[in-house]
Amino acid sequence: MSLFAEAFAWILDPANWVGPDGIAANLWFHLVFSLSVVAAAAVVALPIGAVIGHTGRGRETAVVVSGGLRALPTLGLLVLVALALGVGILAPFLALMVLAIPPVLAGAYAGVGAVDRRTVDAARGMGMTEAQIIAKVELPLALPTIMGGIRSAVLQVVATATLAAYVGGPGLGTYLFLGLQTRDYPLTLAASILVIALALVLDGVFAGLQRLVVPAGVVAARDTDRLRSRPSRSGAAAG
Amino acid sequence: MNWLWNNLDEVGELTLVHLALSVPTIIMSFVISVPIGWAAWRFRWSRGVVLGLAGILYAIPSLPLFIALPGIIGTSLRAPINVVIVLTLYGIALMVRTAADGFGDVDPDVRLSATAVGYSGFRRFWSVELPLAGPTLLAGLRVVIVSTVSLVTVSAVLGIQSLGSLFTDGFQRNIPVEIATGIVVTVALALVLDLVAVLLGRLLMPWTEVDARSRRAARRQARDPEGAVA
Repeated sequence: MSLFAEAFAWILDPANWVGPDGIAANLWFHLVFSLSVVAAAAVVALPIGAVIGHTGRGRETAVVVSGGLRALPTLGLLVLVALALGVGILAPFLALMVLAIPPVLAGAYAGVGAVDRRTVDAARGMGMTEAQIIAKVELPLALPTIMGGIRSAVLQVVATATLAAYVGGPGLGTYLFLGLQTRDYPLTLAASILVIALALVLDGVFAGLQRLVVPAGVVAARDTDRLRSRPSRSGAAAG
Repeated sequence: MNWLWNNLDEVGELTLVHLALSVPTIIMSFVISVPIGWAAWRFRWSRGVVLGLAGILYAIPSLPLFIALPGIIGTSLRAPINVVIVLTLYGIALMVRTAADGFGDVDPDVRLSATAVGYSGFRRFWSVELPLAGPTLLAGLRVVIVSTVSLVTVSAVLGIQSLGSLFTDGFQRNIPVEIATGIVVTVALALVLDLVAVLLGRLLMPWTEVDARSRRAARRQARDPEGAVA
C-alpha cells in the first residue's frame, strides 16, 4: 500500500501542479481534448442518427456499422493513423472520433426512433414541416437518450485519450508512459488515479445533465401518471 | 505484405495468446454475472446498489486499472493475470444489467405456473427462468465478447503479450502492415467468438430460431398497406 501512499503524495505535492508540464495543464488539456473529440463526433453522428431515427430507414446498416466500429481495437487504429499522419495531436483526435461515433449515433437513432409515433403524427397534423418535427418535437423528447449516448462516448474517450501519449500527444497519459519508461511505478499509478478520478467526476456530471435535459412536459406527464396509477394497484394500469 | 508471410508463425502464436486471455475472461464474466444479475432482480433493494456499482466500475478506464490492480493485489505489472481480472470485472459491469433485465422479463405468470406444478425454487431457476432469460443473456454475452477481445490489446502498452503487441511493435518499427494485420485479426477473432456464441445459443435454445421466424411473419402480417408501422 506504500505505493499508493507515494502516488498520492506525488498528486498532492503542489509543485507538481504548476507549469506547462504540470498536472493542472495536463488535466485541462485531457478534458478539453476529450470534450472536443466528442463534440466533433456529435457533429457527424447526431444529424445522421436523427435522420435514421426519424425515417426509420438505414437502421440495420447503422446497427451493423456501429457494432463493427466497436470491435475495432482503438490502440491499433491510433498507432496506424499516427504512422500515417505523424506523431502529435491530429492522429489521436481522429482515432478517438471513430471511437466516439458509435455511442453518439446509437443514442441519436434509438432516442429519436423511440418517440411516440402518435406525437409525431400530431405535430404533422398541426402543420409542422419534417425539419420542424425533428428539431422541435423529436430531438427534445429524445434528448435524455442522446445525452446517454454522449455520456458513454465521453467516458470512453477520456479513458482512451490516455493512450494519446503513446503516440506523442499531451494529456494525463504523459505521466503514465513516462512512469512506465523510467520504471517509476508510483508516477504511473498517480497518473492512473488522476484519469480514474476525472472519468468518475465526468460520469457524475453527465449523469446529472442527463436528468436535467428531460423536457418539463415529460416530467409533468410522468408525475400525473404516477398519481393516477397510485390508487388502483392493479397491474392493468401499467399497460 | 512480405512482413505478413515472414511472420505468420508469430501472428498465429499471438492469436493463441490473445485467445487464452479472452476466453477465460469472457466465461468468467458470464458465470459470475448471471447469479449477481439474478440476485439484483430477485431482491429489489440490491438492484440499485448492484447496478450503481457496475456503472461506476465501467466508468473506470481500463489502462489505469491494469496499472492500479497490481498495486492492490501485489502481482507484477506485466503479469497476464491482471488483464484477466480487470477485464472480467468489466465484463461483469457490462453484463449484470442485461442479466437482471433478462430475469425481470420472465413472465410472472409462467413463474407462478412453474411453482404451481411443484417446481422448487432451485429447479425453477434451472429449467424455467434461466432458459427464458437465455436470449437476453446471449445478447449481453455478445457485447462482452466484442469488448473483451478489443480491450485485451490495450495491455500491450504495458508489455503484456497479445495481438496488441503487433500494434506497439509495428508502431515502434514503423511497419503499417503489422498494425493492419493486428487490427484485422483482432476484429476477425471477435467475430469468430461472436459466431461461436450465436451457434451455441442456437444449440442450447432451439426455440429462439422458431420464435424469431414466427415473430417476423407476424410483423409482416401486421404491417399496414402503407408499410409504415413503427
